Amino acid sequence: MIKCKTSREIGGMGHPIKRKEDDRFIQGKGHYVDDIKLPGMLYMDIVRSPFAYAKILSINTEEALKVPGVVAVVTGKDLEKYNLHWMPTLMSDTQMVLPTDTVMYQSQEVAAVIATSKYAARDGREAVMVEYEPMTPVIDPFKALEPDAPVLRTDKEGKTDNHIWHWEAGDREATEKVFASADVVVKEQMHLPRLHVVSIETCGCVADYDKVNNHLTMYMTTQAPHAIRTVIALVAGHVGLTEEKIRVVSPDIGGGFGGKVPVYPGYVIAIAVSFLVGKPVKWIEDRSENLQADSFARDYHITVEMAATREGKILATRFKVLADHGYTDAAANPSKFPTGLFSIGTGSYNYDTAFMEADAVYTNKPPGGVAYRCSFRVTEAVHAIERITDRLAQEIGKDPAVLRLENFIKKEEFPWKSPTGWEYDSGDYHTGLQKAMKVIGYDALRKEQAEKRARGELMGIGISTFTEIVGAGPSRQFDILGIKMFDSAEIRVHPTGKAIARFGTKSQGQGHETTYAQIIAEELGIPAQHIQIEEGDTDTAPYGLGTYASRSTPTAGAAAAVAARKLREKAKKIAAYLLEVSEEDLEWEPGKFYVKGAPEKAKTIQEIVFAAYTNHPPGMEAGFEATHYYDPPNLTFPSGAYICVVDIDRETGEIKVRRFVAIDDCGNIINPMIVQGQVHGGLTQGLAPALYEALVYDEEGNILNGTLMDYLVPTAVESPHWETGHTITPSPHHPIGAKGVGESPTVGAPPAIANAVVDALSHLGVTHIDIPITPPKVWKILKEKGVV
Amino acid sequence: MKEITVTVNGEQHTASVEARTLLVHFIRETLNLTGTHIGCDTSNCGACTILLDGKSVKSCTVLAVQANGKQIATVEGLAAGGELHPLQEGFKENHGLHCGFCTPGMLMRAVELLEKNPNPSEEEIRWGIAGNLCRCTGYNNIVKSIQYAAAKMRGDELPDTEPEFV
Ligand code: FES
Ligand code: FES
Repeated sequence: MIKCKTSREIGGMGHPIKRKEDDRFIQGKGHYVDDIKLPGMLYMDIVRSPFAYAKILSINTEEALKVPGVVAVVTGKDLEKYNLHWMPTLMSDTQMVLPTDTVMYQSQEVAAVIATSKYAARDGREAVMVEYEPMTPVIDPFKALEPDAPVLRTDKEGKTDNHIWHWEAGDREATEKVFASADVVVKEQMHLPRLHVVSIETCGCVADYDKVNNHLTMYMTTQAPHAIRTVIALVAGHVGLTEEKIRVVSPDIGGGFGGKVPVYPGYVIAIAVSFLVGKPVKWIEDRSENLQADSFARDYHITVEMAATREGKILATRFKVLADHGYTDAAANPSKFPTGLFSIGTGSYNYDTAFMEADAVYTNKPPGGVAYRCSFRVTEAVHAIERITDRLAQEIGKDPAVLRLENFIKKEEFPWKSPTGWEYDSGDYHTGLQKAMKVIGYDALRKEQAEKRARGELMGIGISTFTEIVGAGPSRQFDILGIKMFDSAEIRVHPTGKAIARFGTKSQGQGHETTYAQIIAEELGIPAQHIQIEEGDTDTAPYGLGTYASRSTPTAGAAAAVAARKLREKAKKIAAYLLEVSEEDLEWEPGKFYVKGAPEKAKTIQEIVFAAYTNHPPGMEAGFEATHYYDPPNLTFPSGAYICVVDIDRETGEIKVRRFVAIDDCGNIINPMIVQGQVHGGLTQGLAPALYEALVYDEEGNILNGTLMDYLVPTAVESPHWETGHTITPSPHHPIGAKGVGESPTVGAPPAIANAVVDALSHLGVTHIDIPITPPKVWKILKEKGVV
Repeated sequence: MKEITVTVNGEQHTASVEARTLLVHFIRETLNLTGTHIGCDTSNCGACTILLDGKSVKSCTVLAVQANGKQIATVEGLAAGGELHPLQEGFKENHGLHCGFCTPGMLMRAVELLEKNPNPSEEEIRWGIAGNLCRCTGYNNIVKSIQYAAAKMRGDELPDTEPEFV
């Protein structure tokens, strides 16, 4: 049970209050970018490359310009005149806005058509004639590193290969030593394929440049409006668009999951066109464009090894990664972390030796390496460690639950220093896994499995016990383009005791309008329903780095709590003045200060706030406002214990997820209803890559499943009835003890499902199957093993 | 250009449209009813679902001219006389939405689902909304929301809306 300090009426932390944002969404009154219509607005459509790698010989716009309604066609050469044809990526690489001579991936932007209507723009797009000279693309990342591979980034002076960077963590020599003398070493190679977030709303914008005032308002689908404003200023400052002249507005966002962090060429082209023609320009991409050209996630080739004693004591792990970044490194990691937080991969287990290395390469695929509900490579790392842990259990013939329970870091061993240098803040892994085992009836399931196996039926049980790492991050280590990854909150309480609070983050469905209000309600005792939350407008919100990687609660949520506590301090002074006692004589209970021992002598927060405007103590600043920029001292480390049961049809290879129990620990819970909703959604987004989703390219670099007809997003039929619960281990360093939860289920679910499938087939000698584990893959194995 | 007359949420509209205009564009751009969303270009997502003569259809896959003379219902018309439709209430009470982008389509699909089957099982609801994608919720609570609305429409006791944990 979650204990609440406030009444349901106040609705502070722990109450499952209904969401404040829902009224508009259920009545069709959400306000998304595509709903914006401005006077004189023009529409933009984009011509895209059919080839993965080609020279552009010519672009003929003559016919397109004859199409009724078409007002302009913009090419890379046009942008080059203003030096706007290239832009920086968040990883300090460079990316084309529009090409002047070469295209680097299929569906890359080649030219933009501007017209008075959506339909005219599309007609114009069809009429643009582009002549290409196709070249042989580099698609396989391993081949990209071979000495005779063609060098793709010829735009970079002196570049002689396709290698981007090398990264290491841990201790190579110590790890080699442990591996050399260990009883048991297990090893697997795996590929976590390219994925796409497929938020149901695609990306788009309305760029509205006002020539008279030299001012740009940019309405766009972005998870990080302030960071975008700074990036626009960096890209376009030299043409006079300096940061004070730019307002970025992120209205309602129809799902983000990380895919709305990057700056896509379409946004920049729309700005450039609006700047040149002085009219608002709308660009909304199609789903197919979104799937084919926007940032992907994953695409990590991982070799993982584990060394252990014969009894199953884990001694060391070793990871080697090849990261396929497409033609530019456009990941959205903190600057000093090219592999994000991959080094969390040592997992939930107590051992002290590990080594990890990664190399990144360029290929002729779309750029990215951003998110799929987890941007910082935690999913990749967790998949590797959780798969190899099961592999060890299989090797030594130990139950994977027992192996985990024997190796877990113990509750009293926190804070725990990981072999790659992280300090895990808190955790209680034993309780989590034991709870999951009890709920699902683990022992009975193992019995059932043995009976079924004897009858030739295929059933598997898979476990994943992961440690997450979120809340980036402490500014001494974490920045994006040099901007430190703090986040902010500003609270203004009006004379009548109602409040507005503004944040540098941006909800894309997470329910910030409700949860932030609850945090403030908890601290000030003002009912959550009287606290209005605003995000997403850079003109009004304090600067912040945005919402992704489960960082909003750890950073902005903390900022809200600290800002509210500043106000409570002020409230105490005012109360003391009003009650004519000293501050030490006062006691706080949610919503009021009262005199110790005389509870009838009290001032409610509403009375206090009113006094701040009408009768404030002499010498005190009037008003009741506070701002806080929160710089976390450490990251937070949520965890989870997931167990999945699958049944496999031995004739068809079809996999059915029969049950899935998820026990999450995200520290203190702000709103259990919303946390549960996040877990449900994240689980379906974890099921997806485990069994269905992957972006597939052929040797020519053609994307083979670039539409929703063949990129399989799970429906309500594939998605099982999730069973979710929690344990609560507060973060000791976080002002409200919360840790963040959005990513966890997407991180933790795929290995649980993969482990279940491998478990179902383990008696056949199967030790690993790459995700997505599709029926044909399973069927092939069953055929090989003589089962079908 | 062709002139069409449609009744949308009880109100009659006459407009001239290009023959190729998709119904969803007509609803959003000409009638300014932006509650109906667009999430794909291949008829897969269902964000554009509306009722055409009482039947749920994906309005991105119907031409505006095909709606001539017909009745259209969109999410904007769901709350009658200022009161939320039981489905709208169900979604709010049961956290059946996160970003809200799929919600109008889900609601309109569910209207027809419950009309045909006032007491659907979880399995029937799941199959019934299989043409509508939601990327946020994992569907558990959408199912719960529709069950809640079904109970309310049948006049049964309302199910508990507090989250259930194992
Ligand atoms: S917009 Fe996706 S089905 Fe209509
Ligand atoms: S609530 Fe976001 S797509 Fe369904």
